[in-house]
Amino acid sequence: MSVDLEHYLIVGAILFATGLYLALAKRNFVGVLMGIELMFNAVNLTFVAFARFVESPNPLDGHVFVVFVITVAAAEAATALALAVLLYRVRDTIDVDRLDLLKW
Amino acid sequence: MRLDAKWYDLRDIGNAVGALLEQINDCGAPDWVPYVVSSLIGVVGILLWTVLSVLAFIWIERRVVGLMQNRIGPNRVGPFGLLQPVADAIKLLLKEAITTRNSDKVLFWLAPIVVFIPTLVIFAAIPFGEKMVLADLNVGVLFLIAIGSINTIAVFMAGWSSNNKYAMLGAMRTIAMLISYEIVQVLVLLGAVLFVGSMRLGDIVAWQDDYNTWLLFMQPLGLLGYVIAGAVEMNRSPMDIAEAESEIVAGYHTEYGGIKFGFFYQAEYLAGFGIAAIIVSLYMGGWTLWGLEDWVPGWLIFLAKMYGVFFIYIWFRGTLPRLRIDQLMGFAWKFLLPLALVNVLVTGGEVLLWQEAGLSAGEALPLFGVVNIALAGALVVGWAIALGHRSRERVAHRAILTNELGAIYYGEASPRL
Amino acid sequence: MEDTGTVVAFWILATVTVGSALMTAAVRNLIHAVVFLIVSFVGVAGLYITLSADFVAVTQVLIYAGAISVLLLFAIVLTPRGSRDNAESFLRMPALVLALLTGATLGYVALDTEWSIAGRDGFEETASAIGEALLDRYVLPFEIASVLLLMAMLGAIVIVRPEGANEEGAE
Repeated sequence: MSVDLEHYLIVGAILFATGLYLALAKRNFVGVLMGIELMFNAVNLTFVAFARFVESPNPLDGHVFVVFVITVAAAEAATALALAVLLYRVRDTIDVDRLDLLKW
Repeated sequence: MRLDAKWYDLRDIGNAVGALLEQINDCGAPDWVPYVVSSLIGVVGILLWTVLSVLAFIWIERRVVGLMQNRIGPNRVGPFGLLQPVADAIKLLLKEAITTRNSDKVLFWLAPIVVFIPTLVIFAAIPFGEKMVLADLNVGVLFLIAIGSINTIAVFMAGWSSNNKYAMLGAMRTIAMLISYEIVQVLVLLGAVLFVGSMRLGDIVAWQDDYNTWLLFMQPLGLLGYVIAGAVEMNRSPMDIAEAESEIVAGYHTEYGGIKFGFFYQAEYLAGFGIAAIIVSLYMGGWTLWGLEDWVPGWLIFLAKMYGVFFIYIWFRGTLPRLRIDQLMGFAWKFLLPLALVNVLVTGGEVLLWQEAGLSAGEALPLFGVVNIALAGALVVGWAIALGHRSRERVAHRAILTNELGAIYYGEASPRL
Repeated sequence: MEDTGTVVAFWILATVTVGSALMTAAVRNLIHAVVFLIVSFVGVAGLYITLSADFVAVTQVLIYAGAISVLLLFAIVLTPRGSRDNAESFLRMPALVLALLTGATLGYVALDTEWSIAGRDGFEETASAIGEALLDRYVLPFEIASVLLLMAMLGAIVIVRPEGANEEGAE
């Protein structure tokens, strides 16, 4: 019984699908953000799995990319949550169902 | 350096464990058995030692703080009050652990556990002796910081699940405090790692042993920053805003009683030991003492140093008044963070100079030490003055009637009426 | 990777991670959902360790479980009248179908492709190599990432400043 690249890729795929569901289906804005963070995690896991298993001249490039993704995810979470707080202050709600001023 | 590394060589308990593992290997056990056995020995040893240390230090702290405050500490339970920790433990076990009515029951039950576990995990990465590290990680320093950062989640869970606005407020203040000083912590430890060139704690202790110096002489700003940031991470006076009994009842653990409060109490002491152990490993030479470790066991030296550093924290608690939250945050962001950044810059320059100019260690390190200490002194005084803290003339006058009775007017030669 | 320890660790960690991610979607209390998300983050950090990516694992715990989770929790606390029951919006059926299709496609591609596997053992120590790569080949993205973080920090502070804040040294 051994653990190969495919196992990690399947775990990444399941996490990505769950994150996609959360991002599309949740009513609370923070729930959508949780989905986006899960998707980032799935992608990072895939990168690190490839860096470990796949032949490459610079295998640690996968890890470098993961560091960049974590950085950008942190910046994006901070900005998105600041927007969420401001949106709550202006519209008194965070349900994505009711934030529909741009509809026709 | 070791005279003989037999199993009875108690200067390093790792010798006995190594001999036991060889015996197990000779008996033909599968591959994972020695690994599991050594991990179990390490875990059980750390658990036993931490529990005993916490019991001992409950008594020591209360006596020492009492003597500093010119009163006798506990002296009724047993001779000299030595059974006071036992009495405390029995009281905490027998008290009713109330769960408030509208609280979030799962999180309320989970928060003490999540507070307690990281403080134990810190001891896994710390070298007590040459072969007495449970997990000598390659990213040891970063691991310690990451484990400390889990504390914020635990504090939030405790404050939120209590369904109590003062607990929530205390939790928010504590989290703000913890994340500000986490940044200071990372930058300050980066300076120490730059000198050694490795994040492994075993390598850092070995560097200090090889070059016969302690890193606190090379990184005085680092030690200053880490001692203060460590005091904040411990939620300990003079930064114990979380549990300031006169202000916010007990902060995020107001609603906790009985053994749940016992977990918070023990986690506070364990965090204190953990921070003291990190300071000793990184800045004070770990288990080495300039050659004394050939006669005295290394782990005894380590424990003595660690208890000494923790005694200094008890001393802080007994003498310094509590800081306000805005004073604390201003201190982190406006004073310690620029100093830590300058420390990283200067340290990086020194390491580069050392490698490029080909200086030997004997001439480079004293030079760097003197330069760093002088720079630290100049920066601390200079930056404080630049931020506007001047030492004022404090002349007490007779009490005058201002808005409050009993006011003493400091500062100016003639009181304004 | 065939040794027993890694296999056992992988299965335990994968179950915990995937289970917590699914519970994040299923549980009916938003704070519990965030707690399950934190468990999922720590599980992914454990999976990184089985892949001998020590620096990335510790960074994941430090930033995701230590900082981003606190941000999420604070956002929930600062929006009291937002729905705390983790309900789904009216798009849940299309979202479920899309998520299942995406997962199935990714899984099929992962299983069907012939990956060129290098037969090497795990990495010894990644932190120094990552550091060198960051300052050697990837120095431009590194600098851009630091500017991005500065912009995000300033932007977040400016966005949530209360209106009519006094100009004289509001901290």
